[in-house]
Amino acid sequence: MIPLSHYLVVSALLFSIGTAGVFLRRNLITILLSIEIMLNAVNLSFVAYGRALGSVDGQIITFFVMTVAAAEAAVGLAIVIGLFRHRESLNPDAFTTLRW
Amino acid sequence: MLALIPLFPLLGFLVNASFGRRLPKSVSGGLASLAMLASFAVAAMSVWQLSGLPVESRAIEQTVYTWIASGDFVLDLTFRVDPLSAVMILVITGIGSLIHIYSTAYMHDEVDGEFARYFSYLNLFASFMLVLVLGASFLVMFVGWEGVGLCSYLLIGFWFHKKSAGDAGKKAFIVNRIGDYAFILGTLLLFTQFKTLDFQGVASAVSVLQPEVGFGILSLATLLLFIGATGKSAQIPLYVWLPDAMEGPTPVSALIHAATMVTAGVYMIGRNAVLFSHTPFTLEIVAVVGAATALMAGTIGLVQNDIKRVLAYSTVSQLGLMFLAMGVGAFGAGIFHLYTHAFFKACLFLGSGAVIHALHGEQDIRNMGGLKKALPITYWTFLIASLAIAGVPLLAGFFSKDELLFETFREGHTMLWVIGALTSLLTATYMFRLVFLTFHGERRHDAPPVAPEPIEPLIPSSHGHGHAAHAVAHTAADHGHGSHGHGDHGAHGHGGGHGHGLHDAPPAMAFALIVLAIGSVLAGYVGIPHALGGHNALGTWLEPAFEAHAVAGATEVAAATVENPAEGEVEAEDTGLEMTLMGVSSAIAFVGIGIAGFIWISRRQIAESMARRFPGIHRLLLNKYYVDEVYDATLVQPVRIISEEGLWRGFDVRIVDGAVNGTAALVDGGAWLLRRLQTGSVRAYASSLFLGVVLILGYYLWRP
Repeated sequence: MIPLSHYLVVSALLFSIGTAGVFLRRNLITILLSIEIMLNAVNLSFVAYGRALGSVDGQIITFFVMTVAAAEAAVGLAIVIGLFRHRESLNPDAFTTLRW
Repeated sequence: MLALIPLFPLLGFLVNASFGRRLPKSVSGGLASLAMLASFAVAAMSVWQLSGLPVESRAIEQTVYTWIASGDFVLDLTFRVDPLSAVMILVITGIGSLIHIYSTAYMHDEVDGEFARYFSYLNLFASFMLVLVLGASFLVMFVGWEGVGLCSYLLIGFWFHKKSAGDAGKKAFIVNRIGDYAFILGTLLLFTQFKTLDFQGVASAVSVLQPEVGFGILSLATLLLFIGATGKSAQIPLYVWLPDAMEGPTPVSALIHAATMVTAGVYMIGRNAVLFSHTPFTLEIVAVVGAATALMAGTIGLVQNDIKRVLAYSTVSQLGLMFLAMGVGAFGAGIFHLYTHAFFKACLFLGSGAVIHALHGEQDIRNMGGLKKALPITYWTFLIASLAIAGVPLLAGFFSKDELLFETFREGHTMLWVIGALTSLLTATYMFRLVFLTFHGERRHDAPPVAPEPIEPLIPSSHGHGHAAHAVAHTAADHGHGSHGHGDHGAHGHGGGHGHGLHDAPPAMAFALIVLAIGSVLAGYVGIPHALGGHNALGTWLEPAFEAHAVAGATEVAAATVENPAEGEVEAEDTGLEMTLMGVSSAIAFVGIGIAGFIWISRRQIAESMARRFPGIHRLLLNKYYVDEVYDATLVQPVRIISEEGLWRGFDVRIVDGAVNGTAALVDGGAWLLRRLQTGSVRAYASSLFLGVVLILGYYLWRP
């Protein structure tokens, strides 16, 4: 049987990849995908803990996260499309009007 | 029932203040006069009821409601009539009613709203004054004390569009406030000593004590109360407001600044006679201040040229004599003089009002003269009142002034008696100077005209003199004066008819004058001294008010002996002395009148040559000893400079405004720095968020 620590290592790796994606990529859609990766890393650790501790709580919260993530993706993509129509660009650095 | 006495004028005030603008003059004036008459009727009934009670328990009390109840301290709003306040309420409501009636004619030139405003103030004043004298405790008295100060301010400044009137009102109010401050301090000091504010409570608590030797806590308290009295009753050093108060309408001067309000200080000392007689130190000061004020005001009165100012200084002088009597322990004599003075001084002021009314606002006696024929009623009443104030035998002022001076002499204050006698001489002289200059001799028109109208006309007066067409546009009063001015320079100026401006007092004014003149003759007969076969009914009537008789008999006897040591024995040998002094003061009165007649009827030039021979003294007196200037330099200007430079420009602008503006500047600068964080870049926000999470997690993971 695979020990808990392996799951956690994978989860941490996934989370780091997602974080790096959010900060390094210059495309809004890619950034959204990176956020999804981060969420899935968290989901993985929840499920792993649930299994290790013999509780269903981890799986329940994962379902919540997936639901919210779906909604978030829908809203997020809609905003990205709106922004693209407005500026003909998907680079987040192009959207800095809301400053001092 | 007692509460009705101040309530009637208060109702009159409320009606006139709320609906006065819509009422015709006859209604608002009549209502105010009726309120006073009703109050007089109730007062008379109360006094009648009071006189039916046995001497030891002569006091009627009415508690209206509990005013303050705080822990152990309970203060009721209580009115009390005892022999002393009985005299006061009769004077206030009686003379007050006459002055209200007089005012309906005197103020007739005012427009309806102003007329009602005048009467509302007058009624409010009467109401407060009655609260002052009826109040059974220091605090209730203080309500009236402050109230009359307020009304005095309102009435002096009645013609407030004239700057001098507004200033005089403010001066009266501020000077009074200084005295009031001392009064409330004295009250509080007494409260810390005796735990009560009721007059009788204080009196009975004091009566068991020995008279204070030297200067102690009681002396301090009474001294503070006396400072309050100097403010209200115009004594040195706070008398300066009273002469300026003549800016108000003349009936106001008669009511407030001669007959009633200014006597509040004398009354207050009489009310606390037991307390004051236990502090010989303060009494000494009261006597000396009274005598000094009497003499000083008398000398100033000798050279003033404004008819009302002469009377004002005369009032200050007479009040000084009352304080002299209070100070030597002759409380009955002081109140007696207060009571007779109310009659003849009110009569004199109203008479001067009639003169001013007839001459359309002329107040300078240098421009009068020869009014005897034109104004017979005014002349005769004025003359009677002048004789009374001068102390001519068998008139009111004679009995009271004589008793006052006799008591001063008997108590061993020979020096003060001399000052008092000298003041009597001055009184007789300046009063008859006034009579002779105003009513006798030739009518003088050649003297330089003085700005006369109480209300400034919109058109400069030179136009009125120049063009008859412009004069038509003036109001009735202006027009009357304008043509009067023409008469001055015209051919018919010195004839018998004196133009068309001169009319004697109208009926309402004449009525008040005649009643007061009769009073000036008869008022003294309630206090015929023993020496003349009378039994000083007023003195006997007042006596219980000056003793602490509310407590058990033992202390009462002690208090009585403290006040009048073995009265019976002294009485017999005093008769001769009193007769002598009476002769002296009658002689003084006649000499004073004689001097005035000699100088101002037969040898007018003597006065002028005297003034030229002693220019220093003359100028000193004419400028009222420069007291106003000294006060201005030593008190007013320093306060003004400290206020402007220190408190306004220094504290207010720098510190108060600086704190507010500084806070704003701090927030502004902080925001200027912090807004740099708002870059608008989502990536930057995300990194700060991430960094924060890392830091928080790091703290929890690696904390020791």
